[in-house]
Amino acid sequence: MKETVVERESSLPGPDTGKDDGHGETPVNPSRVTAPRALVPERPGGAPRETRPVALATREYSLFYGAQQALKAIDISVPTNSITAIIGPSGCGKSTLLRSFNRMNDLIPGVRTTGQVHVSELDVFAPATDVVDLRRRVGMVFQRPNPFPKTIFENVVFGLRMLGVRDLPELEARAETSLRRASLWDEVKDRLQRSALQLSGGQQQRLCIARCLAMEPEVILMDEPASALDPTATARIEELILDLKTRYTIVVVTHNMQQAARVSDRTAFMLSGSLIEYDETARLFTNPQEKLTEDYITGRFG
Amino acid sequence: MSAPIFAAIAPLRRVRRTDVLGSLFSGVSGLAALFVVLMVLVIMGNIFYFGWRTVTWEFLSQSPRAGMTAGGIFPAIFGTAALVILMVVVLIPFGVGAAIYLNEYARPDSWFTRVVRFSVNNLAGVPSIVYGLFGLGFFVQFLGRHMDHAMGLDVVWGQPALVWAALTLALLNLPTVIVTTEEALRTVPGEMREASMGLGATRWQTIRHVLLPQAMPGILTGAILSVARGAGEVAPIMFTGAAYFLPYLPTSPTDQFMELGYHVFVLATQSPDVDATRPLLYGTVMVLLLLTFALNLAAIVLRSRLRARLAGRT
Repeated sequence: MKETVVERESSLPGPDTGKDDGHGETPVNPSRVTAPRALVPERPGGAPRETRPVALATREYSLFYGAQQALKAIDISVPTNSITAIIGPSGCGKSTLLRSFNRMNDLIPGVRTTGQVHVSELDVFAPATDVVDLRRRVGMVFQRPNPFPKTIFENVVFGLRMLGVRDLPELEARAETSLRRASLWDEVKDRLQRSALQLSGGQQQRLCIARCLAMEPEVILMDEPASALDPTATARIEELILDLKTRYTIVVVTHNMQQAARVSDRTAFMLSGSLIEYDETARLFTNPQEKLTEDYITGRFG
Repeated sequence: MSAPIFAAIAPLRRVRRTDVLGSLFSGVSGLAALFVVLMVLVIMGNIFYFGWRTVTWEFLSQSPRAGMTAGGIFPAIFGTAALVILMVVVLIPFGVGAAIYLNEYARPDSWFTRVVRFSVNNLAGVPSIVYGLFGLGFFVQFLGRHMDHAMGLDVVWGQPALVWAALTLALLNLPTVIVTTEEALRTVPGEMREASMGLGATRWQTIRHVLLPQAMPGILTGAILSVARGAGEVAPIMFTGAAYFLPYLPTSPTDQFMELGYHVFVLATQSPDVDATRPLLYGTVMVLLLLTFALNLAAIVLRSRLRARLAGRT
């Protein structure tokens, strides 16, 4: 306990927090309180000024695995009810960045962060932030479908049960709504009490999306949600992502540039831990401002 | 310099000698494997041949009579059951708790974790007679006596008793349960933890509702194996609670008790009439073996059922 406090105090001054002090496990929180508005980047070549409210934002956000820096001073802001794709070669830090918004990186020992991450007005790394509550607001869909070995129904209502919802009619109503929104209801309505593992891979992934929707999140993070699926199932997931935009803010990590171009409003290109370019998807793919971006999207590396 | 290097390499030729050695080794190792099967058959055959006539309903339901040269073994069966039930009640919470701590909470390379793992491994290597003496010294002489003293009782806790024997056995089996539970937790994919935490479950909720149900086959296996082992161990209980002969059944945890394994030891070494005791000895060993087999079989069935359910094949 004492160690944590000391570390926080020493890192408060801010700019020099990049030093590796060996206490890797505790995320460092320089708690500079800034209004989210100020987080919209204004650098040349960045995204144009956005009038919609900001759903997600980072400022000077860096992340270290031990001594290795995985994210380098990332500044990005994502407007609400939009789809943002993060592209880049393997190991560029795109998944790490995605997992920062719901602090899934906390599960990895030896991770240390500096800078700020905001989910609307909430300072993600502030000491007062409840991680459990944060993860209810920021849902996540993983690369491989990972339903629990429980019934389809129990999968969908898992998060609600953990929240303490016991009322069966309410659980059933929410399960139906979530499954409908994930366009899975018609396929599973007659077998809700069967094991989720009997579903096909694509159905399992839509079940994972339904499970996430049941929590009524503001933001949905998707980490290569279709990379383990066949083309038909992939198409259905992409269709679903576009549908969900009206209600949720979505961030999709993908290694598939066609997918990014098809579904996203904005695209961020990352390379070795840095955000190289972030712009409207149409512009980024047709008229990239950075040489590195152009090289990547034209297939010269990666 | 370069030319002689190539010249020095002789063409490879197949050497027949290794084939002879190879088939020799495969023959020898096959015989060793066969030997294991033969030993089991000899032991089982011998015991069942001489024992099956003894094991009747009377044998299972009556007390020993006539200086243990006649009668049955019911008190020993009852005592064994009471012992292992009490043992499991103590063992499972401690063993599973320790495994959860090691696998889910502890930093894998911290000083404390390493000390715990080192202790578990060493605990597993301690001979069972040492557990018996430890139980006598710590539970009976130290803990029991001080409890009597503190409660102002005459000798109630400070003597060999069912509860102390159960605790000693639990200690003996603790490494087994910790290791099997840890293995079971380790086989639950990390994706399950992520899925659960990602839905806003706390760490404890994740353990309780996702990890433990999936680790249950492994935990049960460990529990039943430790029961099977506990039912047959004599050394840990002979100083801490098992009785040579009791005319009554134990009714309180502070009572002494008769136990199958110890009864076998008594019949084999302390009998006044060896010839009269021999059929009883065979019968008792057979009951002990059948009990152990039944428990192992139950473990296998339970595990495969639970696995099938987890895999969604029901």
